[in-house]
Amino acid sequence: MADEVSVVGLGIHPFGRHEGVTGLQMAAIAARRALEDAGIRWEDVDFAAGGSDAGGNADTSVAALGLTGLPFINVKNGCATGGSALTTAHAMLTSGSAEIALVVGFDKHPPGAFNPLPEDWGIGSWYGETGLMLTTQFFAMKIQRYMAEHGISESTLAKVASKAFDNGSLNENAWRRKPLSEDEVLGSRMVNNPLTQYMFCSPGEGAVALVLARGERARQLGGRPVQLRSVAFRTRRFGSFEVFSPSIPVESAPSATTEAAAAAFELAGIGPDDVDVAQLQDTESGAEVMHLAETGLCEHGEQEHLIQSGATTIAGRLPVNTDGGCLANGEPIGASGLRQVHEVVLQLRGEAGARQVPGQCRVGFTQVYGAPGVSACTVLSV
Amino acid sequence: MLGQRDFVPVADGLIGGTAQEPELIGSVCEDCGTVTFPRQDSCPRCTSQRVSERRLGRRGTLWTWTIQCFAPKSPPYAVASAEGFEPYGVGYIELPGEVRVEARLTEHDPERLRIGMPMELTLIPAPGDSGAMTFAFRPLEEEEEN
Repeated sequence: MADEVSVVGLGIHPFGRHEGVTGLQMAAIAARRALEDAGIRWEDVDFAAGGSDAGGNADTSVAALGLTGLPFINVKNGCATGGSALTTAHAMLTSGSAEIALVVGFDKHPPGAFNPLPEDWGIGSWYGETGLMLTTQFFAMKIQRYMAEHGISESTLAKVASKAFDNGSLNENAWRRKPLSEDEVLGSRMVNNPLTQYMFCSPGEGAVALVLARGERARQLGGRPVQLRSVAFRTRRFGSFEVFSPSIPVESAPSATTEAAAAAFELAGIGPDDVDVAQLQDTESGAEVMHLAETGLCEHGEQEHLIQSGATTIAGRLPVNTDGGCLANGEPIGASGLRQVHEVVLQLRGEAGARQVPGQCRVGFTQVYGAPGVSACTVLSV
Repeated sequence: MLGQRDFVPVADGLIGGTAQEPELIGSVCEDCGTVTFPRQDSCPRCTSQRVSERRLGRRGTLWTWTIQCFAPKSPPYAVASAEGFEPYGVGYIELPGEVRVEARLTEHDPERLRIGMPMELTLIPAPGDSGAMTFAFRPLEEEEEN
C-alpha cells in the first residue's frame, strides 16, 4: 500500500558517558549510520524531525550532515521527544508530503537526578523550593500505591532491574553492562522508598536515528524493511496520576500510556496478545511493572506472576526491554523513545545477536512515557 | 470566623488560617464541583472559567507516600548544600470528597507510615533560611481521630 511506512535504516551512537563529544555530534554520527544502513545519501532525505532535551537544537545537525534545504522540525516533549519526532515523520509520510524521512533523538545530561524548574511546568516556585519537584518521588509514590492495590512485591521490582542488567550485558551499545543479582539490587542504597539505587535509571548520553520510507520507496531500497504499523501519541486526561502534580483528583482516569497503547493497537489492527517483543519505559523498575498492564500486555496484578516466572526475560513468553531498557542504557531523554524502536527493528530483522529473541518474532511494540504525562506507542511488524 | 494570619507562608495564596489551624487554599469549579490545589483560574475537568476560592479540609488519609532519601538539587530546592540533609517524607493525602494533595510529611520513618492512615494538616519551617512556613501533614494518633 502506498501509505505504508517502513523503517529502512538504523543508526545508534552508544549510550553512556562520552567526554568531549557533544550531543549534536552524537546525533550526526547516528544519522550517518542510519543513512548507511538504509543505503541512501543525506540528499535523498526529504523530511527530518528530531529533538533533545538538553543536547542542543536537532536541526542544526544539518551543518554537519549537509545543507540540502530539507524541512527539519525540532520537537521537545520530555521523555516522549523521540516518540513525538516519530509521530511527526510518520504523519508526513502517510500524508504523502515526503517519501523518505529521518528522525533523530539525542541528549547529553550531567550526572545526578534531573533538576527541572517548576516555572517551566506551570507550577509555583514553592513546589521546588520545598522539595517536591523530583521525578523520583513521583515514580516511587505511584508504584507504592500500585503495589498495595495489586499485590506486587519488592522482589519483583528487583527482578525487573536484574533482568535489565542481564540484557544490557549482551548489548554492546548499553551503558551498564555488569549483571546484578536480585539481592544486589535490593541491597543497594534506598533512593525513594520502595525504590533503591539500582532500580532507577540515570540521566546519560546517547543518540539514535532512524530512516523511514513510504510505500514503494521502501521496497525499492531493498534490505529488510520493518513496517511501522502505527504511532499514537497522547497527553494526560483529567484524573490520571502524573509527575509534577501538586494535587490529583479523587476520581481516577486511565493514564496517557493506556490511551496511547489502545490507539496504537487499534490503528495497527493488531492486539496485545500478538506481541512477540516489547520495549517499555522503565525509568525505574516500577514503571516497567505498571506499563506492562497499562499497555494491555497483561492484566493489572498479573505482573507478579509473569515477572517471577521469567516470562519477560529474552527466553520468556513476552520478552520486555531486551536491550536493557533505560535501566541499563541510561536516559538521554531525547534518544530513549527511538532506542526502543531501534531495538524492536533489530529483533524483527533477526539481527539482535546474543540477545535475539528465540523463535517467532514478527510483531513488536514500544511505549515511551514522559513528564508531565505524555506517552507515545508504536506497533511494528514484519 | 477566620483567625488573623500569624505566620509567613512560603508562597502567597497557598496557605491561609493560623499557625494553630492552617488551611490550604484551593479552588472549586462552580459548574462541575471539581476541587483543585493550588487555586486555578479554570477547571481542568470541564474547562469552565467560573472558579472560586475554597479552603480545603484539614484532615484526610494517606493515599501513597515515599521518603526523600537524597538532597534535591538546588535550584529548585531552597537549600544549596547537601551537607546536613535529613530525609523527609512525601505523600498524597486524600481529603474526602475534595482532592488528593501532595505534601511533605512530618514523619520520615517508613515503619510508621502506611497507606490509609489518618493525617492532619500542619505547618513546618520551609527549607532554607527564609523564615517562611510551608504546609505538611502529620499522622493523627488514634485518640485524636475523633
